[in-house]
Amino acid sequence: MVKLILRDKTWELPAGMTVRDAIKKAGLDPHAVLAMRDGKLINEETLTRPDDVITLISVISGG
Amino acid sequence: MSVRRGMRCRKCGAPAVINMPQHKLALCEEHYLEWVPARVGQTIKRFRMFRPEDKVLVAVSGGKDSLALWDILYRLGYAAEGLYIDLGIGGGYSAESKAKVEAFAAARGGLPYRVVDVRETYGCSIPELARRSRRGAKTCSLCGLVKRHIMNRVAYEGGFAAIATGHNLDDEAAVLMQNTLHWQAGYLGRQAPVLPSTHPHLARKVKPLCLMYEREMAAYSLVRGIDYIYDECPYSVGAKTIFYKELLNQLEGRSPGAKLHFYLSFLKAKEEGTIRFAEEEAVQMQDCRRCGQPTTAGDLCAFCRLWERPEMAVCGPADEFEA
Repeated sequence: MVKLILRDKTWELPAGMTVRDAIKKAGLDPHAVLAMRDGKLINEETLTRPDDVITLISVISGG
Repeated sequence: MSVRRGMRCRKCGAPAVINMPQHKLALCEEHYLEWVPARVGQTIKRFRMFRPEDKVLVAVSGGKDSLALWDILYRLGYAAEGLYIDLGIGGGYSAESKAKVEAFAAARGGLPYRVVDVRETYGCSIPELARRSRRGAKTCSLCGLVKRHIMNRVAYEGGFAAIATGHNLDDEAAVLMQNTLHWQAGYLGRQAPVLPSTHPHLARKVKPLCLMYEREMAAYSLVRGIDYIYDECPYSVGAKTIFYKELLNQLEGRSPGAKLHFYLSFLKAKEEGTIRFAEEEAVQMQDCRRCGQPTTAGDLCAFCRLWERPEMAVCGPADEFEA
């Protein structure tokens, strides 16, 4: 499984899909977040691997 | 079985850290860190924001956009000095954002910046001011009024050619959409990458990131290792801007480049005269007797009038004018 984390929320998803698909499966908009793995930014076409922990960074701010 | 190689940098073939369908471009870390300042540099020149020899004041909040802007201007060789306004917002927000600005400047060999502490200078913080002036529901507009006043004052006193703010394309497109949906002709007429100075006490305002997607700026900050304040100002929670940004992102998903096209075609239509907004009637401006900034509202500007109310007696801009 792959763990997706955004702030205090976590999702567990099967590995093998793209980061973009994982973000969509979590009900999020791929335009509104960036994905990091092992402290590095990864593009949304990257395939997720078993045991990946992917941290999502929200890019939208108000004000 | 085919091996999927993943998305590669267009320039060198290394794994891409970002894909930008809006530009049909994917880049690795190294080339992304070159591409962003180059694009911002082109924007500064395209809209004639300021010249290489100009002194520029960068309004820094500690957030991703303003710190990235300061970093980029520094990398491009501009004489950019920071201005941090301590609003005195609780819950650790102002304290943390100030610490981010201090750490950012220190990590770059002590970049020059000024701090204006609203509580120290005027006797009360923005939240206290909002409570006292009974504008509790309008904290953000009051905060905007105070920040504009301070930015103009510091730019005037410091002899800066322009104030640069970190407004990105998503900010501009969201405001454009909001103003279009409400047909706010006055605001639409004024929305531009450069707001020229119309009075010696009113600084020229420029937005060098106006063609940069918000996502691109967040990616730049992450790749560049800029430690910015991630949490939102507690008063901006539920801001309408976010709703418009989400709508625009849906459009972007269907049609990559939609946000950029929306904004650029608006600017082009104004420039070519395809759309015109009635010239605002020339209103009589006079100098505020207290601060010297121009006002249409009598002899005191909106900022200085704030301090006239009896409940504001404990506060007051005394310090500002004592020097």
